[in-house]
Amino acid sequence: MAELNISERQAGDITILDMDGKVTIGEGSVALRTTIRRLLGEGKKKIILNLSGVGYVDSSGIGEFVSSFTAVNKESGSLKLLNLTQKIQDLLAITKLLTVFDVYENEGEALSSFK
Amino acid sequence: MNEKKTKLKLPSRLESVEKAALEAEKLAAENGFGEEARYAIDMAVRESVANAVKHGNLLDETKSVEITFENSGDGFEITIKDFGAGFAVEKIPDPTNPENLLKANGRGILFMRSFMDEVEWSNHAEGGMMVKMLKKR
Repeated sequence: MAELNISERQAGDITILDMDGKVTIGEGSVALRTTIRRLLGEGKKKIILNLSGVGYVDSSGIGEFVSSFTAVNKESGSLKLLNLTQKIQDLLAITKLLTVFDVYENEGEALSSFK
Repeated sequence: MNEKKTKLKLPSRLESVEKAALEAEKLAAENGFGEEARYAIDMAVRESVANAVKHGNLLDETKSVEITFENSGDGFEITIKDFGAGFAVEKIPDPTNPENLLKANGRGILFMRSFMDEVEWSNHAEGGMMVKMLKKR
């Protein structure tokens, strides 16, 4: 089984990526990078990463969130994080990235934030 | 308490990161460390082996990464050696400085320091870097 499974949903012009597994060095980080690049190539620039199924992230995974965020911003888009586990919240606190990312606990609020 | 040493010698491949972390987690569990400590040990081992494989040995598979796990009276001790050119840890930029926040890399050492009680780098006699980490009981 792949380290990270990413399913894609659309809510209007917003793409929600439901992520399940680990975002770690190697396969997991590469899967996220490839998906974000493809979405940007398709002109999809409003993206929510739903992390409710992500139980483990290492520094490479955190780096991939940052790269995704900057890549989407560069295309004048917006990337938000949804449903962070406590462990991921702690990692974002350690790295002082909680102030960088837009983080939501509720999908409705995350969707509304794009309006 | 079981006070034996476990040694691993792994090739400089990304797959070695997972292998080392799984072994660390298993040994920590066998030695009675709780879930939070095992998560911390797993994370620190992943980060340090990833550094050794990528930045130390530069993914050169002719060079290995040597790891020792030891359950001692102080706690769970981990030593990781690479055979690369080495680096000055004090020269690694602080990833939490505002100018570094949006960099994709450079957070591994911060994680190792955050999750372990002691982390110490040195050059070893065979040429390369050695990092020693301790998770207290």
